[in-house]
Amino acid sequence: MAGNEPKETRIGVFVCHCGTNIAGSLDVEAVVEYAKTLPEVVHADHYQYMCSTPGQAKIIESAKEYNLTGVVVAACTPRLHEPTFRRATEEGGINPFRFEMANIRDQNSWVHMHDWEGATDKAKDQVRIAVAKAALLEDLFPKSVPVEHSAMVVGAGVGGIQASLDLANAGIKTYLVEKEPSVGGRMSQLDKTFPTLDCSQCILTPKMVDVGRHPNIELMTYSEVEQVEGYIGNFDITLRKKARGVLTQDEATAKGIIGGGCNGCGDCSSVCPVIKPNIFEMGMAPRKAIYINHPQVVPLQYTIDFDACVGCGLCVEACGEKKAIDLDMVDEFVKVKVGTVILATGYELIPIEQKREWGYKQFDNVITGLEFERLICASGPTTGHLIRPSDGQTPMKIAFVLCAGSRDNTSTGKPYCSRFCCMYSLKHAHQIMEKIPGAQPYIFYMDIRSFGKMYEEFYYRIQNEGAKFIRGRVANILEDEKTKNLHVFAEDTLLGRPVDLEVDLVVLAAAIQPGADIEHLRQMFGVSRSQDGWLLEAHPKLNPCGTTTAGIFLAGVCQGPKDIPDTVAQAEGAASAASIPIHVGKVELEPYFAQCVEDLCAGCGMCTNLCPYGALSLVDREDGKGNGKVMHVTEAKCKGCGTCGGFCPGGAIRMQHFTSPQICAQIDTFLLGGEQ
Amino acid sequence: MAEEEWNPKIIAILCNWCSYAGADLAGGARIQYPPDIRSIRVMCTGRVDPLFIMRAFQDGADGVLVSGCHFGDCHYIEGNFKCAKRMFMIKNILKNIGIDDRRLRMTFVSASEGAKWGMVMNDVVKTVRDLGPCPLKEFNK
Repeated sequence: MAGNEPKETRIGVFVCHCGTNIAGSLDVEAVVEYAKTLPEVVHADHYQYMCSTPGQAKIIESAKEYNLTGVVVAACTPRLHEPTFRRATEEGGINPFRFEMANIRDQNSWVHMHDWEGATDKAKDQVRIAVAKAALLEDLFPKSVPVEHSAMVVGAGVGGIQASLDLANAGIKTYLVEKEPSVGGRMSQLDKTFPTLDCSQCILTPKMVDVGRHPNIELMTYSEVEQVEGYIGNFDITLRKKARGVLTQDEATAKGIIGGGCNGCGDCSSVCPVIKPNIFEMGMAPRKAIYINHPQVVPLQYTIDFDACVGCGLCVEACGEKKAIDLDMVDEFVKVKVGTVILATGYELIPIEQKREWGYKQFDNVITGLEFERLICASGPTTGHLIRPSDGQTPMKIAFVLCAGSRDNTSTGKPYCSRFCCMYSLKHAHQIMEKIPGAQPYIFYMDIRSFGKMYEEFYYRIQNEGAKFIRGRVANILEDEKTKNLHVFAEDTLLGRPVDLEVDLVVLAAAIQPGADIEHLRQMFGVSRSQDGWLLEAHPKLNPCGTTTAGIFLAGVCQGPKDIPDTVAQAEGAASAASIPIHVGKVELEPYFAQCVEDLCAGCGMCTNLCPYGALSLVDREDGKGNGKVMHVTEAKCKGCGTCGGFCPGGAIRMQHFTSPQICAQIDTFLLGGEQ
Repeated sequence: MAEEEWNPKIIAILCNWCSYAGADLAGGARIQYPPDIRSIRVMCTGRVDPLFIMRAFQDGADGVLVSGCHFGDCHYIEGNFKCAKRMFMIKNILKNIGIDDRRLRMTFVSASEGAKWGMVMNDVVKTVRDLGPCPLKEFNK
């Protein structure tokens, strides 16, 4: 097929046993013997672990000894060890792109464990297919591109805040984007944190203030990502700065209003006639149409809810000389260029009212854990006095329902463990016993998962303080219509008898899920979701902060349920990973670019419309004849998808490393080659 | 070719980012399926030239599977969509030359859908087995 090989094709084949992972399900030695019969193969060998140092040494030595022109390793997936073997190939004196992998583990021995013959035959075919491609591979050279010395963090909860501070402290210009008017996220809604019982706000607000002040952090609150273009090192991101109707002091100065701009005095809010539920307080307190969520917001700047605002203008009057309020403000679009991105978008509670049996939103005195946090919090709607929503009385008997929607395989539940509900419910139990003398918490649990540092000790402490633990999932909750007390029905699985407990208040430890806008966001950034809906990491064990899209990293709960210590730890990991390409200053891109074979190109221009990156254009032919057009590839824009190459009617586009002759050779050799 | 024992020859072209990763995940989860399919990795299903599919049938394939990301998930924005559009055309051509178009299938399996990959494999093999050897194969002889 390809007649222009400069030298004789000499392929070396190396088959890996992977312990018994491969050798236990198929005949490795038969595959080696078969490989030796292939005309292009001059050497075939096998080894326990090809990825080990002696395994790689085999490749390096054989490459020199047999003067190989290409290397095939039949082992695991190229998604795992292609870089390893490419380096070995290079050390053997061959261009690393003359390496091809046959995936005989993940896509063979592991999925055909009980079919020795079938798996062996398939492995032989896979090796033959890989050899056919390896024979046609060419020398390629990675292209290195410079990396922008800046990063973006999406989501300003504790994870996003920590990641931004780390990046900024490492000297990297960081854009911290938050869709809400203030940073802080879920953690700023919490009262205390387990197991130390630190005040959540007290440990978070210093960090919130830091991100507001840090010279390397550009805080972009009330903003959302609108569009993402580019690739690692050079992302062009368009942000929508939502109209908040209020100018900061800097913005006012820029507009020539000297000494003006919002100083957070709140005069506007006190005259505003519109009252809406405060989402930060879980709807349990009112706020105005011009508002701040709580006194510690960063930045301290009021925001107009334009959906609620009636445009009366009272706030403009109250603001007076500061002239901070602009009722005609519209959304702005800001473009920033960054090298890497960290997503830290957090979570929301599942709609627990769908679990009709527990009566949330049907019965006044059934609340969620997050509502409990606001009710018990000194800065909350009740200034820290826990009350029953139905009558404002202090509850004395309180039931906590754990795994409310977590570890639940029904359509309204989530199969995973939400990982922090056990601990925060223990903390809640402690708080009511501390604040309300004589109050009795009852904890309905399946298992208490207190796996962290000092968590198990905290569990013992709560047991000793007198909380009652009932092992059993709550079947049903009914309300006494007169007293508004609740009857909790469950089976105590340790005593083996049914329970009907009358309590004053029920707190549901509701399961968590990704926010609704994550779908759109992850599509823009090209990140996948795992089956449970959370964002998919590059490798669950070895690359938990990375994603399959180079330059995009994950921090915190958006990757899977985590408590605060784990979120902060992952955020620091993600910040470290995201800073590496920035500090190195350049990244190497795999050279899978499109090339135009000018002799075949008719200049029709179909490909230019297909390219999603605008990498292709039509230019005048340089053959001096003048009137023809020919396609031209801008390599810096080409990402190597091959969509153009799959379409070109003249076959004029060569996709490097995935050329048509290479793919056809793979097809031909599978279907026509081999005698089995 | 022994008449009594016929094993279908099926070729699968998988995109690197979703389906190939999903197939790897099926391996990690030890999901078992019949060993009749051989896969070829491309970066994106957008790379799939209709000629590759025609060539496979011409060479004697009994079935061809093209598998990529879900719509909206494509690593290259919409290569899978462009590929899917071509699939309709190719299926038409197959029908016109008398090949059952069920022999060509496009599926969308994400990197986290190992179990789905197992189902796709079982289903593709079953479909092709039920259809029997591709008639083009006899014509070639």
